[in-house]
Amino acid sequence: MAGHSDPGFDTLALHAGAAPDPATGARAVPIHLTTSFVFDSSEHAASLFNMERSGHVYSRISNPTNAVLEERVAALEGGAGAIATASGQAALHLAISTLAGAGSHIVASSALYGGSHNLLHYTLARFGITTTFVKPGDIDGWRAAIRPTTRLLFGETLGNPGLDVLDIPTVAALAHDHGLPLLVDSTFTTPWLMKPVDHGADLVFHSATKFLSGHGTVIGGVLVDSGQFDWDRSGRFPELTQPYDGFHGMVFSEESSVGAFLLRARREGLRDFGACMSPHTAWLILQGIETLPLRMARHVENTRKVVAFLAGQKMVAAIGYPELETHPSHALAKTLLPRGCGSVFSFNLRGSRAQGVAFIEALKIFSHLANVGDCRSLVIHPASTTHFRMDDAALAQAGITAGTIRLSIGLEDADDLIDDLKRALKIAEKAGA
Amino acid sequence: MELNVKGHNAAYAYTGGKPFDAAWPCVVFIHGALNDHSVWTLLARWCAHHGFSVLAVDQPGHGRSAGAPLASVEALADWVLALLDAAGVEKAALVGHSMGSLIALEAAARAPERATRLVMMGTAYPMKVSDALLATARDTPLKAIAMVNAFAHAGLAAKPSFPGPGAWLHGADRALMRRMQAGQREVNLFHHDFSVCDRYAHGLEAAAAIRCPVDLVLGARDQMTSPKQTVDIARALKARVHTVAAGHALMAEAPDAVLAALRQALH
Repeated sequence: MAGHSDPGFDTLALHAGAAPDPATGARAVPIHLTTSFVFDSSEHAASLFNMERSGHVYSRISNPTNAVLEERVAALEGGAGAIATASGQAALHLAISTLAGAGSHIVASSALYGGSHNLLHYTLARFGITTTFVKPGDIDGWRAAIRPTTRLLFGETLGNPGLDVLDIPTVAALAHDHGLPLLVDSTFTTPWLMKPVDHGADLVFHSATKFLSGHGTVIGGVLVDSGQFDWDRSGRFPELTQPYDGFHGMVFSEESSVGAFLLRARREGLRDFGACMSPHTAWLILQGIETLPLRMARHVENTRKVVAFLAGQKMVAAIGYPELETHPSHALAKTLLPRGCGSVFSFNLRGSRAQGVAFIEALKIFSHLANVGDCRSLVIHPASTTHFRMDDAALAQAGITAGTIRLSIGLEDADDLIDDLKRALKIAEKAGA
Repeated sequence: MELNVKGHNAAYAYTGGKPFDAAWPCVVFIHGALNDHSVWTLLARWCAHHGFSVLAVDQPGHGRSAGAPLASVEALADWVLALLDAAGVEKAALVGHSMGSLIALEAAARAPERATRLVMMGTAYPMKVSDALLATARDTPLKAIAMVNAFAHAGLAAKPSFPGPGAWLHGADRALMRRMQAGQREVNLFHHDFSVCDRYAHGLEAAAAIRCPVDLVLGARDQMTSPKQTVDIARALKARVHTVAAGHALMAEAPDAVLAALRQALH
């Protein structure tokens, strides 16, 4: 497979991390549903535990099926490696808990998935990790929020739900100037639309539940390390650069110059918090990734048609899609997301709250549920669901109103989706009469 | 551990996860171009926990070792011998990968009484580098890193990966080379290291001076240092040859097979 350069995206989506099974010849990735792996000898066992050899011991720490997924996502993101987790939230928690502890501080975009906001604002604060939220485009705000105790800058490639495009090159440079890594949630864009690592991000995670899996079947997450951040040079991360009593005094940055973060995250985070992925889940996500390039192209194509339709409707007050010139992130999107801005976006419906309810309930093809990135089209009302724990001020900071409707455009015939929306808008209009 | 090598800046050597003890038989691991000690950590840990003392060095100007990179294989061989002095080591097994294998060869030839074993991995002699690659390394080193990285790996799914499951070798090795390149502001380290390999012309004379047993560990699908390019040097060294299913990045692509070969070589 060696050549003048690494294989292209579509090839990696099918082959990275997987080869025919040497034991059986199976061409597809086998599902290794086993808790544990037999040692060749006592010496072999000891050497695996002591990291003298590579291999699998116990599926909470690593598993051959999960390893294929981890390598594949790392390959697609341009990273050095990855860890599969029980969910996207588990991936975010793993990233933070590997780098931060009581007394640590995070600077995060205010335009986050509601669950991430909950974790940062409420739950981690209970454990002594505090967060300052800043508007993603407010670079001075990011800079001003950094403290001596800051350990991480964090944002989403496309902020939820307003789709603010994170200026990754600028925020990453700011982070690096302060000896800090930038963590990016790339769930909405997937590496097919953008590789945050190429723009300077150090850590990337996905809710693989969404586009990577693509079929709305499993919950999972993946955390990718670019291998680019120099933890020793930073001097802010004794967790990675000083002896760790929990693993025989191991200094992770000595063990692996570019994989220190993943070593600690696996050897501590997966081992102790245990938010691992089922191998069956990993297999289903791998099935999804094999068609990711095809699906993402169709997601974007359908979304553009739906956005164009909605833009001409009098019941629609505003559409938050960065490909539209009216979107505040339009220029940045053209630079960072030339292939498209994904298939999740929000629009504001004119009229009363009752009209909004009428609209959602009139839809036949769009499913009303709390997910995105399914092959089927989805709809939700963020203010009453995904973001309902946020107060009015936090909602406003996140760009959400009572009339905001979020769509996740699937792979159906675009004409059918438009007909569904057209009918629902008409019913919503009548509901206001 | 940090060592004060006479005539040089402070040098770093990874000791395999245990404190260094010069009383034990010593194994010195010498990395290749644009790499550092971390390409050896599994083998180094195994040795350190199986009766050896370990020095997996960062060459000058690479990784944690300060100073400018040294100009030739010969200079690097002298530096390795000076490092042994600094560590209080009289004799050692010398294990090198790629450019490091030439350094190990030259060091063993310069002080044959100090080399207990010579293990050359991913090696060839002469280790010529094409003019086109040298030019790319000089002018667009990041492009050259991508090219070499693709050449260095035999496939897209080396198992069980290195240093553990979940590592994407192409990405990790690229990141390591970029890290090394970025660590040298004054010198284009990629071009420097490849030029060092290309210029070395003392291999057969060095082979004639070797007194210790020699093992070559080669990747069957190595496109950087093809096993075909080792015939003359293997004959001159009267070396035992181990071939593993891997490319040039054999310690990462086939860690168990390389360990098995190293165990044979050291015992």
